[in-house]
Amino acid sequence: MKFHSKRATAFSALLLSGAMVLTACGGDSESADGGDGGSSSEAVSITMLPKNLGNPYFDTSTKGAKAAATDLGDDLEEVGPETASPDAQVQYINTAAQQGVGALIVSANDPTAICDALNEARDAGTKVVTFDSDTDPECRDLFINQATAEGIAKVQLELIAEQIGGSGEIAILSASANATNQNAWIKMMESELESNPDYADIELVDTVYGDDDDQKSFDETAALLQSHPDLKGIISPTTVGISAAARYLSDSDKKGKVMLTGLGTPNQMREYVKDGTVTAFALWNPEDLGALATYAADALATGEINGDPGDKFQAGDLGEYTVEEDNSVLLGDPFVFDESNIDDFDF
Amino acid sequence: MTTLQATTRSYVAHEYPLWRRLLLTRETAIIAVLVAVVFYSIGNVENFDGPLTLTYLLLDTAPILLIALPMTLVIVTGEIDLSVASVVGLSSVLLGVLFEAGYSIPVAALVAVLAGVACGALNGFLVAYVGLPSLAVTIGTLALFRGVAAGLVGTKAVTGFDDRWTDLATAKIGATGVPVVMILFVVLAIAFAFLLHFTSFGRGVFDIGLNSEAAHFTGVPVERTKLILFVLSGAVSALAGVYFTLRFGSARGDNATGMELQVIAAVLLGGVSIFGGRGRLHGVIAGVLLIGVISSALRLEGVTVNVTNIIIGLLLVASVMTPSVLAALSGLASRRNNRGPSPSSAPVGVGTQER
Repeated sequence: MKFHSKRATAFSALLLSGAMVLTACGGDSESADGGDGGSSSEAVSITMLPKNLGNPYFDTSTKGAKAAATDLGDDLEEVGPETASPDAQVQYINTAAQQGVGALIVSANDPTAICDALNEARDAGTKVVTFDSDTDPECRDLFINQATAEGIAKVQLELIAEQIGGSGEIAILSASANATNQNAWIKMMESELESNPDYADIELVDTVYGDDDDQKSFDETAALLQSHPDLKGIISPTTVGISAAARYLSDSDKKGKVMLTGLGTPNQMREYVKDGTVTAFALWNPEDLGALATYAADALATGEINGDPGDKFQAGDLGEYTVEEDNSVLLGDPFVFDESNIDDFDF
Repeated sequence: MTTLQATTRSYVAHEYPLWRRLLLTRETAIIAVLVAVVFYSIGNVENFDGPLTLTYLLLDTAPILLIALPMTLVIVTGEIDLSVASVVGLSSVLLGVLFEAGYSIPVAALVAVLAGVACGALNGFLVAYVGLPSLAVTIGTLALFRGVAAGLVGTKAVTGFDDRWTDLATAKIGATGVPVVMILFVVLAIAFAFLLHFTSFGRGVFDIGLNSEAAHFTGVPVERTKLILFVLSGAVSALAGVYFTLRFGSARGDNATGMELQVIAAVLLGGVSIFGGRGRLHGVIAGVLLIGVISSALRLEGVTVNVTNIIIGLLLVASVMTPSVLAALSGLASRRNNRGPSPSSAPVGVGTQER
């Protein structure tokens, strides 16, 4: 028995090495052109590293990035982990450093954990652009900011004011009670409601927390409608909350009477926009975000800009952008999705 | 055990010359594949021969290398510890929480390792003394430890560790590019190899894996051995958690999620039988490095992680399957050749490969 299984082991070793040589071969021929392209003078090799692969949001941003890379004549390759964990992301940052790519575009899974890896890549000459989720400012050259807190607060108030006709009771369905982003936006909306005469007739009667949990957000929506029978509008500045609230409203008799807006994604909200539960909601356009990050990465890698405040660069159809404080670039005002444009998006 | 002549102590495995026993083993096969893949990658994968490759490879695989050591011993006894990655997460979080509360890193690390010991002791107690199956126990504690970890910090991360310590976690030995953490690994590897292959405790580990009852009757303290192994597994996992946290400078509840499967896959690839009783540490170390090198090379080639997983999965299945398939084939061939009962299929119980 020993004899046979040992011969068998040796044979299987041979078989396995053979298999591996073959697989590695296949990979090699594919990448050959990519490597050549990267070394030529003009084209910049860019690695796009989203939080994870298979995420429709990042698929959309990569789509924009690829279009921009084609426009610039750069080579853009998307890599990423299966799950959005920082340690998996570090391996891809390390790989980019080993390859010596011109620029790395990354959406950080952790602001600190990937810092050392990013700085090692920068020491090797790679320019680092963060988008969607920033790292600590000292770990990257530029951050492409999708929206400012002011912009998000403003657009949500504009939408709800328009939908309820400028007067009435509104409420907010937020994420958890200590969610940093949401709390900042709510605070800004509150002060805007107080100070802006356009919103004099709008009263914020309640803020409830769905903890970014679908069921809890659903239940909180039901409770809101019961405790405030005169409620005319709900703002939900979280994608989980707005879709849960929309699901509740679409099956209740308040459909079309209580307006709902906030931050949502087209795929979640499509059926509620089509059935009239929701008129319009906001978010940024990830496609533009990916494209802007790519233009910025190219400008950095070619030495056109250093990423210092005041630097200006051209971002194709998106126009000219200026680097602001904290070495960040703002994409612009949030994007409003409604029935007319929602079918153009798939994320 | 000995269905052969009991008086002569003749083992089939020992009838062949020494060189043959050393060279024609699964471990040697895995090492050969590792060497082949490394040389192939140096020659064909762009940037694989760069100076950073070795550093990153070892930094990435260090936690898996560390945990694979006690895991090998646990699997050799026929048990399994699925909770290791959750212990990594828990120790990571404890380190972070204690650091935030003002304790120094060494103190926090010590507490984290002690917590790992406690986690391992819980597993070991339930498996060895209560007699529950380790698969069920450690699936339970996998969720339990991860839950405690996530509960301690929630979704936030503790960061801002002393540079002194985070730098140490990624520091290299001189100009070699070999991370300092490898010193820790080599020391532990030698200790575990000694424990498994050169002590009576280690013989007991194999005996338990072959036949727990027989081991008991030959005087092996089965319960105590299992308890010690689970405690070692918890302690080393916690140590890996400390390293993991300092390397990334971030203590999160979801750190190292899913790492248990990487560890177990590497251990099995390294030639350890999932049914127990068989396996050697050098094969396991080669198994971990093989998976690391393949992933690293494929990442450099821009192959997506899904494809990498498919290749590693196929490799694992093939490595587990081919020996028995080929053994069955050659058994069939030899039966056809010499009619009579093949000597290779006679002594059931001596060879453990069939299991």
